[in-house]
Amino acid sequence: MVKSKIMALDGAHAVAEAMRQINPDVVAAYPITPQTPVVMTFSNFVADGLVDTEFIPVESEHAAMSTCIGASAAGGRVMTATASVGLMLMLEVVYAAASLRLPIVMSVVNRALSSPLNIHCDHSDSMGARDTGWIQLYSENPQEAYDNVIQAVRIAEHPDLLLPVMVMQDGFITGHGVERVEVLDDGAVKEFVGEYKPAHSLLDVDNPATYGTWAMYDFYFEIKRQQTDALSKAMPIIVEVGEEYGRLTGRKYGILDTYEMDDAEIAIVVLSSTAGTARMVVRNLREKGVKIGLIKPRVFRPFPAKEFAEALAGVKAVGVLDRSIVFGAMNGLGPGPLYLELCAALFAHGNTTTKVVDYIFGLGGRDIVPAHIEKAAQDLAEIAETGEVRQVVNYLGLRE
Amino acid sequence: MAVNLEATWREASIAGTVFEPGNSVEYITGSWRTLRPVRDEERCTNCMICWVYCPDSAVLVKDGKVVGFDYDHCKGCGICAHECPVKVEKHAYTGQPGKVIQMVEEISVQVGK
Repeated sequence: MVKSKIMALDGAHAVAEAMRQINPDVVAAYPITPQTPVVMTFSNFVADGLVDTEFIPVESEHAAMSTCIGASAAGGRVMTATASVGLMLMLEVVYAAASLRLPIVMSVVNRALSSPLNIHCDHSDSMGARDTGWIQLYSENPQEAYDNVIQAVRIAEHPDLLLPVMVMQDGFITGHGVERVEVLDDGAVKEFVGEYKPAHSLLDVDNPATYGTWAMYDFYFEIKRQQTDALSKAMPIIVEVGEEYGRLTGRKYGILDTYEMDDAEIAIVVLSSTAGTARMVVRNLREKGVKIGLIKPRVFRPFPAKEFAEALAGVKAVGVLDRSIVFGAMNGLGPGPLYLELCAALFAHGNTTTKVVDYIFGLGGRDIVPAHIEKAAQDLAEIAETGEVRQVVNYLGLRE
Repeated sequence: MAVNLEATWREASIAGTVFEPGNSVEYITGSWRTLRPVRDEERCTNCMICWVYCPDSAVLVKDGKVVGFDYDHCKGCGICAHECPVKVEKHAYTGQPGKVIQMVEEISVQVGK
């Protein structure tokens, strides 16, 4: 293991610190709350000469991702950061980046979408971009945001993938929340990410190539099939990189972070910072003899269907906590994306016995407190006992 | 090398990237054409205005003279006919008054007038 120094950093500064150590060739970004401190801090590093990065301030998020695409196609290691409506504005080219198989790494500091205008955390933004072909990693705290950004570079640039990676963390909650973060030696990060050697590049004038070509009904379909093939190969590579990172730092990363799942009869599934609160609730309930466990998926794209099916085999009732709504889904009932993906995963893997219910929470930064999760656990215990689901989509912290 | 139009998804180049410079010549964009330019060779003055304006480099020139159109790549946009400055009273192909280059229905050429 390498030596680390302990710093007091919020999640946004932790990401900027990781970016400084990665020292990418190009960063093109536009500031947007609550991602702003990522870009602001990194641009200070550029101004202070601490990185070799060509920092390109742009006029919009659409321009930011377009610039990243050009720089990445030119053979550079490229990073950016955004949030909320910024991600929506760049969405056209977010699709293009994945379709062009460009290993761009983007930090997303989750924030609600308009309207009403809101700057606080929910997952509507990154969930709105879940089908763009990017790999998506979700981080619980500043440490994970830092660690995930460093690993994202290796995952994205793996020759079998060449896929862009989005690294999420919760806006303000961890983005602006100062915590203890173990920061690696600069040299260790440099060695871990290595040098990016693209197989093809726009600036390789001896081997000219055309990127972003035109393909009609003759080739478009085949190219989309290639993308799904690449995504289907991502899981073992994410695990491999996570294990290597673990040997380096003592912090091993996988696909699902499970807690007290071994003999669990009921389980909570939740992304990002709320997993911390849920873990405490699970610990307290375990002390009272409740057979409850927690699963925090670190990876949402590709969706770990097989891993979930294995982890939830034999579990009687599962409560999914969703921080966004898939409007119109299930007759307009509007469950969240995590719920829908999880139900599909269990069904596809032949599990039709585990009851799954959804809890929408935390929209627009609404607080979630232990009592909310305890309420969900009570419901789940009842469902496990009776086998009856009274309400599929529930709300935590909503005035009803 | 010709593009393999039968390439499976495993064989197709990554992201549709083109690694053979200049292979767009193999793309027969002329198949999109609904109107075809026809030229009255006798009355053409070889002023080269059509050659200058053609956005697809589909006006074929040899030894300083227009020798015809590259119908594999001419999309039938009609810019050549629009820009042609030489008037005729009766076009050798269409029989109509107008210019040395006139546009005719592609289908009429393909199935015969």
